[in-house]
Amino acid sequence: MAEPTITLNVTRYRPDKDRAPTTQSYVVPYREDWVVLDALNHIKDQMDGTLSYRWSCRMGVCGSCGMMVNGTPKLTCAAFLRDYYPQEIRVEPLVNFPIIRDLVIDMTDFMDKLKSVKPWIIRKDEKPVSEGEYLQTPAELEAFHQFTQCINCMLCYAACPVYGLEPKFLGPAAIALGYRYNMDSRDQGKDQREIIGNHDGIWDCTFVGECSVVCPKHVDPAAAIQRSKVDTTKNWFQSILMPWGQR
Amino acid sequence: MSAVRPDASKLYHRKMPATWWLTKQSYFLFMLRELSSVFVALFLVVYLCQLYQLSQGPDAYSAFTQKLSSPGWILFHLVALLFALYHSFTWFQSSAVVLPLRIGERLISRPIVTALHVGAWAIVSVVVLVLFLALKS
Repeated sequence: MAEPTITLNVTRYRPDKDRAPTTQSYVVPYREDWVVLDALNHIKDQMDGTLSYRWSCRMGVCGSCGMMVNGTPKLTCAAFLRDYYPQEIRVEPLVNFPIIRDLVIDMTDFMDKLKSVKPWIIRKDEKPVSEGEYLQTPAELEAFHQFTQCINCMLCYAACPVYGLEPKFLGPAAIALGYRYNMDSRDQGKDQREIIGNHDGIWDCTFVGECSVVCPKHVDPAAAIQRSKVDTTKNWFQSILMPWGQR
Repeated sequence: MSAVRPDASKLYHRKMPATWWLTKQSYFLFMLRELSSVFVALFLVVYLCQLYQLSQGPDAYSAFTQKLSSPGWILFHLVALLFALYHSFTWFQSSAVVLPLRIGERLISRPIVTALHVGAWAIVSVVVLVLFLALKS
């Protein structure tokens, strides 16, 4: 009996010879336990070594293999062929990002934005190591814990129409990570992350909410952004009503 | 160390189609939510005009309400009501995301928070309706 197969329609863009992306179809063996990334690896190893894409861990941790699968941003290491079989699968590079080659997108803009929110603990008064750790209660940890799960896969940027329309928008993951450090009881650098409260930060977001839906790690960037809006508004009113008080 | 940046001249930029909001149900519902505020605003303008007519005396007011009873205005109010209901419901859904509710250490799930909001809204609406009917009679 002939081995079952499935067709992958993959975006190709070779900047040295293509003026615009094209689609190339590959018929690959269908295995129930294969994910889209396995099929791409099969193409690369057995059929067409020129196909370019990013991947690394194959277990939803590194965040490298994010692509559009049938129009939805997904980690291809977690998108099973069996969920699409026998229909054909369309594999495209993440939308809202420029294409470098085939399925590889340019993530420079995201990396710059990520750096701009200073996603690390900032201390005003650093205590010596001899004094021990900065202690935290379980409730203090819970306030930001889910936002630590972000793997920078950028699926949320591909799902966000605001980022697609307003490239200056800081975007879901960068804001969620900035919020994560703002909510960390050990951090004292909220005033150095003012970029979050700027027009191109939280106020560009119109709360479509799709960023939280596509997140493979169940981070909720939409909630981080809306809660930041409430915090920023409260701080603003406080600074107007009590200018002498500490913000 | 500065990051290696790809050759910008070789990048391919895709344009977002004007019909992006038709590509996914969630995008369409988002646009519907945005559109609903237009109808809520239009209703408020009509309502303000109605209040103004009230200050112009009973004749002006009844002439205005007479106009509003035409089929076109009734259709507009019906559409505005549907959009207002949808807008309110999405507002309560959003509130559950923005303001997480805790009882002790337990986080209450979002659908329950939305249901509590909708329940409170329904009770207030009934109270307003009862007061209105009582005052009218």
